[in-house]
Amino acid sequence: MRKVVIPTQLTESKIPFFLACTLVITAGPVFVVFPQSPAAFFTFLVSLLVLYKMSIPVPLKLVGAVISLGIIMPSVGSENGYYMDVIIQVGIYVALAVGLNIVVGFAGLLDLGYVAFYAAGAYAYAIFATSQASNFIPAAWATFPVSGNWFWLFLLVGLVVGAITGVLLGFPVLRLRGDYLAIVTLGFGEIIRIVLNNLDKPINITNGPKGLTPIQPPALFGMDLSEPIHYYFIVLSIIILIIVVAKRLNASRIGRAWAAIREDELAARSMGINLLKMKLLAFASGASFAGVMGVVFAAKQTFIDPSSFSFMESIGILAMVILGGMGSVAGAVIGAVAVLVLQLQILKELSEYLGQLSAAGVLSIPSQLDPAKYERMIFGLILIAMCIFRPQGIIPAKRQLVRLRERVRDWRAKREGGEDVDPA
Amino acid sequence: MPQILLDGLTLGFVYAIVALGYTMVYGVLKLINFAHSEVFMVGAFAGTEVLLFLHAMGYLATLPPAVALICAMLIAMILSGTLGVFIERIAYRPLRQAPRLVPLISAIGVSFFLQDAVRLIEGLWKNAFYLTAPTLFTNKITITPTLSLPVKSLVVIMAAVTMMVFLHLFVSRSKWGKAMRAVSQDQATASLMSINVNRVISLTFLIGAGLGGAAGTLFAAQYSLIHPYVGFLLGIKAFTAAVLGGIGNIPGAMLGGILLGLLESFGAAFLGVATNGAMGAEYKDVFAFAILIAVLIFKPSGLLGEPEREKI
Repeated sequence: MRKVVIPTQLTESKIPFFLACTLVITAGPVFVVFPQSPAAFFTFLVSLLVLYKMSIPVPLKLVGAVISLGIIMPSVGSENGYYMDVIIQVGIYVALAVGLNIVVGFAGLLDLGYVAFYAAGAYAYAIFATSQASNFIPAAWATFPVSGNWFWLFLLVGLVVGAITGVLLGFPVLRLRGDYLAIVTLGFGEIIRIVLNNLDKPINITNGPKGLTPIQPPALFGMDLSEPIHYYFIVLSIIILIIVVAKRLNASRIGRAWAAIREDELAARSMGINLLKMKLLAFASGASFAGVMGVVFAAKQTFIDPSSFSFMESIGILAMVILGGMGSVAGAVIGAVAVLVLQLQILKELSEYLGQLSAAGVLSIPSQLDPAKYERMIFGLILIAMCIFRPQGIIPAKRQLVRLRERVRDWRAKREGGEDVDPA
Repeated sequence: MPQILLDGLTLGFVYAIVALGYTMVYGVLKLINFAHSEVFMVGAFAGTEVLLFLHAMGYLATLPPAVALICAMLIAMILSGTLGVFIERIAYRPLRQAPRLVPLISAIGVSFFLQDAVRLIEGLWKNAFYLTAPTLFTNKITITPTLSLPVKSLVVIMAAVTMMVFLHLFVSRSKWGKAMRAVSQDQATASLMSINVNRVISLTFLIGAGLGGAAGTLFAAQYSLIHPYVGFLLGIKAFTAAVLGGIGNIPGAMLGGILLGLLESFGAAFLGVATNGAMGAEYKDVFAFAILIAVLIFKPSGLLGEPEREKI
C-alpha cells in the first residue's frame, strides 16, 4: 500500500523546515540550561507542537518525543519542581480532554457532567486508601488504608467504576436528543457533587465537604512512589495508552459508527447501527478514562473534596476539546495544554506582574482586576470565539476520506492487473 | 403546612417566569438558551442597584414600596431585555445554520462570560460582588394566630401572575404574537408569509429576557442576597420547569414552574421525615434534577407539550 503524504506548509519551502528543525533541536537543551525561565518552557512546548506538525518520518518524531518527554522534561523537573507540577496537571487534563473528546468529538454527544466520572474514580481510590472505609467495612474483613501497592489494581477499579457510572447514566438518557442530553448530564454532574457533599451521614462514606486525606501514595515493590517524577511517568504512560486507544477506536468500525451517529442519527440507524449500544460504548469509554485519571488525581493530591469536581471543571475540559478541535485527538491534547498553560502560567504571571506594578506605584490596578480571577470569563470567551470563528478548532479532525479512497484505488489497480480481489 | 405551600408557590412563580424565557426561545429557535440564567442574574443586579440607589437617595422611605419595586423592575426589564437581544445578535445569529450543539456551546460561553463580567463590574464599582437588596415589604397579613402571610411573597405572586396574563394576551391576541407562533411552527414558511423572522426572533429574546430580568428583581426583593452565580442553579431548575410543562409551550412553563416550586418546597420539608433522617433538606437540589431526568425518560414531551415528530 502506498503511503499518502499529506502536504503541509513545512514541506513547501525548505527554510521554514530548517527553522523548525533548529527550534526542535535547540529548545530542549535551552530548557535544560534555563529551567526557571517561562520563555524556555513555552519554547519547549511549542517545539513539541512543531515536532508533531513536521513532515519527517514517524520514527524520528518518536525519537524526538522520547528525548523531550522522557529525558529533558524529567531532568528540568528535578531542577524546577513547579514546572513538574504544572506538567503533571497538564497531563491529567490532557487525558481528560482526550476522554471527553471520545464522547463529544467522536460520537457528538455533549456531556456537561464529565467531571462526575472523574469524581467517581477519585473517590473510589480515596475511600479505600484512607481510613475512611473502616466506617462501613468491619475491621475483621480488612484494614484500611490499603497499602500503596493496591494503587495499580485501583487504576482498573477506577476504569470499571467510571464505565459503570457512564452506562448507568447513559442507559436512560441516551435515547434523548442532543441538547436534552447536555442538560441531563449537567444535572447528573451536580447530583454526584451534592451526594458526595452529603454522604457523611447516616454512614460516613465520603466525609462530606471536609474531604478525604491523607490518601496513600502508590507503591511498587515496597517503594513509595510519592515524588513528582513518579507521578510524571505514571501520568505519561497512562496518556500514551489513552491516546493509542482513542486513535485505534476512532479508526475502527466503532469509530466509523460514532462518526455516522454524529453526522446523522437517522441515516446511521438505517445503515444498521445500533444507536443505543454505540452511544453507550462512547459514553462508557470516555467515562472510564476519566475514572482512571480520577484515581491518579486522588493519589497525587493526597487530598480530595467535592469542590474539586464542580461544573466549572467540566466546562474547562469542554473548552479544551472545543479549542483543540472536536474529534481530533491531537487537538484535544493541544487544547488541554493551551488552556492549562493559559490558566497556570500566563494568567498567573500576568497577575504577578500587575501586582508588582501596583506595588511599585507605576499603575494602580484594583485587586478586583486580577486576571487570575477571571477564568470563567476566559473559558466563556474561548467557547464563543471558537464557535463563531473556527468551529473546527485549532487542529481540525481529519476525515478518513483519504484512506478509504486510497483503498478503492488499490483495489481498482489490482483488479485491472487481473487479480481477483475482494473489495472488503 | 400553609407556610410551606406559600414558600413553594412564591418560588414556583419565580421559576415559572424564568421558565417562560427558556420556553419562548426554544419555541422559535429550538435552542436551549443557556445564557438565560445569567440574564436573570443581570436583572437581579440591575433591580437591586436601582433599589439601593433609591435607598441611598432617601426615596425609599417616602415612595410607596410598590412604586419603587415597579421602577426597579422596569429598569431591570429594559436592561436585561436589551442584553438578551444583544446576546442573540452576537452569539446565536451567526450560528443559526450550524449543527445544533454549536450554538449550545456558545450559549454556555456567554453564560460563563456574563457571570464574571458582572463580578468584575460590581467588584470595581462596589468592591464586593455580593449584594443585599433593601427589604421593601416587611409587614405580614395575619389570618389566624398561627398563620400569617408575608406581603412580599404575595407581591411576587401578584407580579408574576400579571406578567403571565399580559404575555398570554400578547402571544395569543396581538399580530406580533401571531408572527411568533408562526415562526415557531415553521421558519421558512413564516418568512414566505412576509414575516420578518429575524425581527420576530429578536422580539422573542427581548420579551423572554425582559421577563427574566423582572424575575431577577422579584427574586432579589424576596430573598435579598444575590451574587453573580445565583442564576446557575435557578436557571437549571427553571429549565427543568419548562421541560416538565412541555418545552416550547407557554402555559406549560407556568404550570411546570409552579409544580416544581411546590415539589421542591414540600420535598425539602418532608424528605427528612420520609427517609427517617437519612436525607434532609440538603438534597432538595437533587430532587429537581431527579424530576428532570424522570420527566425526560418517561414523558419527554412534558405535561402539556405535544410529542415531537421526527421529520425524515
